[in-house]
Amino acid sequence: MKISFPHMGHSYVALKWLVENTGHECIVPPEPSSRTLDLGVRHSPEFACIPFKILMGTYLEVIEKGAEVILTSGSKGPCRAGLYWVMHQYILEELDVGVKVVAFEPPLCDLKDFFQKIRWVRKTGGLSLKEFVQVLRVTWEKLKAIDEIEKLSHEIRPYETNRGETTRKLWQALDMLDAANNEVDVEDALQEGQKLLQGVSQDRSRNPLKIGIIGEIYVVLEPAANHYIQIMLGEMGVLTDRSIYLSSYTSKNTIENREGDVLEVAKPYLGEAPIGGHGANSIGETILYAQNGFDGIVQLAPFACIPEIVAKSIMPAVSRDHGIPVLTLFIDEQTSKAGVQTRLEAFVDLLDKRRQVKAKRGIERLVI
Amino acid sequence: MSRIGIPRTLAYFIYFPFWKVFFEELNQEVIVSSPTTREIMDDGVRDAVTDACIPIKLYHGHVADIASQVDYIFGPRLVSVRKHGDFGTETFCPKFLGLPDMVRLSMDNIPEIIDVRVDLKQGKDEFFKVCSRVGVFLGKSEKEVKKAYHRALKVQKRFKKLLYQNIMPPDAMDILFAQGERKPLIAQPDLQIAVVGYPYVIYDDYINGRIVSLLEKENVKIYTQDMLSDKIMNRQARNIPKSMFWYFSNRAVYGALHYMQQKNIDGIIHITAFACGPDAIVDRLLEIEAKRHGQVPYLAIMVDEHTGDAGVRTRVEAFLDMLRFRKDKS
Repeated sequence: MKISFPHMGHSYVALKWLVENTGHECIVPPEPSSRTLDLGVRHSPEFACIPFKILMGTYLEVIEKGAEVILTSGSKGPCRAGLYWVMHQYILEELDVGVKVVAFEPPLCDLKDFFQKIRWVRKTGGLSLKEFVQVLRVTWEKLKAIDEIEKLSHEIRPYETNRGETTRKLWQALDMLDAANNEVDVEDALQEGQKLLQGVSQDRSRNPLKIGIIGEIYVVLEPAANHYIQIMLGEMGVLTDRSIYLSSYTSKNTIENREGDVLEVAKPYLGEAPIGGHGANSIGETILYAQNGFDGIVQLAPFACIPEIVAKSIMPAVSRDHGIPVLTLFIDEQTSKAGVQTRLEAFVDLLDKRRQVKAKRGIERLVI
Repeated sequence: MSRIGIPRTLAYFIYFPFWKVFFEELNQEVIVSSPTTREIMDDGVRDAVTDACIPIKLYHGHVADIASQVDYIFGPRLVSVRKHGDFGTETFCPKFLGLPDMVRLSMDNIPEIIDVRVDLKQGKDEFFKVCSRVGVFLGKSEKEVKKAYHRALKVQKRFKKLLYQNIMPPDAMDILFAQGERKPLIAQPDLQIAVVGYPYVIYDDYINGRIVSLLEKENVKIYTQDMLSDKIMNRQARNIPKSMFWYFSNRAVYGALHYMQQKNIDGIIHITAFACGPDAIVDRLLEIEAKRHGQVPYLAIMVDEHTGDAGVRTRVEAFLDMLRFRKDKS
């Protein structure tokens, strides 16, 4: 079968390997472009959020390339994302393009359905259970390695002396990971990639501003949807850290390497959690970032995202109480790169000024 | 005795009779905000976060309307009222879940909010527990709460019965509390139309562009999803691949699907609010289903803070003309 899946950040490297090694042909989803968005917007409901529209466009593009089955995910709600596959299926049926949408619901909700679908993918590919488990294991390692590499690149970029070098090295590292075929290869490729990135010429005397990136998972993870905000900020000389990585999200919902439960610290502001998507997380993460000495927060959300609107209306109180500036960017098909850049530059200027004023008063907190 | 304010929007249209009786039995004064006006809307737009949908902005406006006249605002955190949906995880829209916090943190000078958590999927006697929490907050004994609870349940039951007789909720409340005359039912309706959507949009005669009065004037009999029993509605869950996650959306979808299958219904009008998240899904789903149910005429009307009566009127009249034309032809 010709199988495809949604494009989300760099995860396609691992998912491509998974599909190909399960005995299927993989139609790799192209990186979302303006054409993807045009296609998606044309066939989506007006007030669907931008991830829905991008996915719609991506599906239509992979169908043009011959995809027969689209694998995607469901959820138990209450965020709309769990119903995406239902609507995509309805709309694709209306367009009569002859494609099957297979959605994996969370195994904790419907274990039987989950295993039946997994079994179907495995059987149609002709793999034994043992082989399949091995393939899954390597895929998981790859996903983790991709996240590690990406994280490292964001840590190095603000120090680079030749603009763009880190990003070029990141792509080389990802290509190496792409070529890896077993767990040992993945480990080697990861170490090679890390060496490559560390070899970028850097100016370590800088003291970059630190910005935490929070918000809705898709627009945070997909650089094409958020106009490469982390690269943009990195090249402005800002150190960014984002709250969500696919591998850590899949295994747990707390921020890695940071103490305290995100939802617990959000309690005083939002008495109910979770409220779907990453609404409650956004509140908690803002507080944690503030406590960890970050200079500012950028909240990313698709236009009309329900949980993030709740978060946004609470954010002014959080920002005031914890003394951390928050810039909320709602992203839709009208958002342009120049618009995002202008606002980020203004925000960074503001943070810079704020830091200088603080330093003068001698109350700058120890940056951890 | 304290004064308890209830905003005349969101869940008001379905659950108000219960809480009115409950509070009055507990010797509290219930003050309801006035029906939506231009001022209430403007207040709401000013206070609420810009990206919120109209109903949420309206809620802020209604809170502002009564804030100075009451001791407490009754704004429960509506999480769920039943165990339903494909994984039993049906809730209200996420904005309802965060609503008490949104109001508290984005408005100044408002009285304390009674934001008791209503999560009835926990168990059968959960609703009584919710009521006793409210009772304890007001300093009442368990005995008093129990009495008030049973009285209120009875009234709510009568209210529901009236709805099942195809009476619109605002009229049913008049019959219950104002001893209002029963509006004569339309004997020979020209057309029969199902109006589906959220209670707080359909029954709020300001925000819906006076569509209900307009239809009544045009001699149209109106059916809404709230006139159907849960039993009839839940049968429709089988006809869609996955239930919605949200209580009011499920009701709108099931109601619409039910009416699509009724021979006597001439058309469906879905009223939806600008920037409503769940409706982005609901509206397109209904549109496609209407097509699949043998081309049932379907009109979606989106209302926002700028909706003029004239705009809605033009579209509804055109829709009615089309329905009449279609009826004459067949």
